[in-house]
Amino acid sequence: MEICRQDQALEIRELDPFLAELLRQVPESAQPKDSPAAEERLFSAPAAPEEKDLCAEWKVYVVPELRRLFQSATETIRQDLEQLQCTGKPFANCTLRIPLAHTDAWLNALNQARLAIAATYQFSDHELCDHYRSPLGSRRDLSLFQVNFYGFLQEFILREMEGNS
Amino acid sequence: MGWLRWKEEAKFATTMVIDFPDAALEAPTIEKKEATSQEIEIPWNVVVHNDPVNLMSYVTMVFQRVFGYPRERAEKHMLEVHRNGRSILWSGVRERGELYVQQLHGYLLLATIEKTV
Repeated sequence: MEICRQDQALEIRELDPFLAELLRQVPESAQPKDSPAAEERLFSAPAAPEEKDLCAEWKVYVVPELRRLFQSATETIRQDLEQLQCTGKPFANCTLRIPLAHTDAWLNALNQARLAIAATYQFSDHELCDHYRSPLGSRRDLSLFQVNFYGFLQEFILREMEGNS
Repeated sequence: MGWLRWKEEAKFATTMVIDFPDAALEAPTIEKKEATSQEIEIPWNVVVHNDPVNLMSYVTMVFQRVFGYPRERAEKHMLEVHRNGRSILWSGVRERGELYVQQLHGYLLLATIEKTV
């Protein structure tokens, strides 16, 4: 895999089918679905529980806004991910082109996915810092690899945005 | 006037009384001033809490964007969050603090608003 800046876009070239599949899973992974832990993390409380009125109003007025914001980010990246519907050879490497105008949406969606996965699997600080752990084995290990891979992409996007500003 | 002193005075005195030391010369003038709810409102802190998932570089970028802090100040707060578990990013009136917390939640940071007490 190779990532580089190409005009007004970031290009991820030579994406092997495994990593391409992980990228295709970003929008799905960003949804809390049946995980109360993920829902709680993505829509965390704005104040201590004693501030009952504030927390109640937040749920009514702010959470729907946040939900729309997050949904908008995942929809944007879903459109970009359509490029990964490889029409050629089934196991060929692909290229993903992320327009610079979509980088905020990517950062947000990748973050949603990382937080939702980490909350669902309740990864410890130690696990999250252990970058040498083998991704093979359980679904949990694969999810940890997913969190780290998405984090790597976030780092790259941030670096490019910083260079651009 | 420091916040704490201001707060204490606002709490117990919604009227301001001005009396002169030499009251024998003429009757003291008493002026009353109604304090608005904004005046007596205590300041709130916007606090960001540690989160092992969010990247340090991402958190720094968010602080720069939301609060307009220069990179050095944003990094200082990010490291404070990382090392101490939390950092106070801003203090002031509640409405603005709530807006900041909403923005921070939009970036998926763990942020809360709390009274300065």
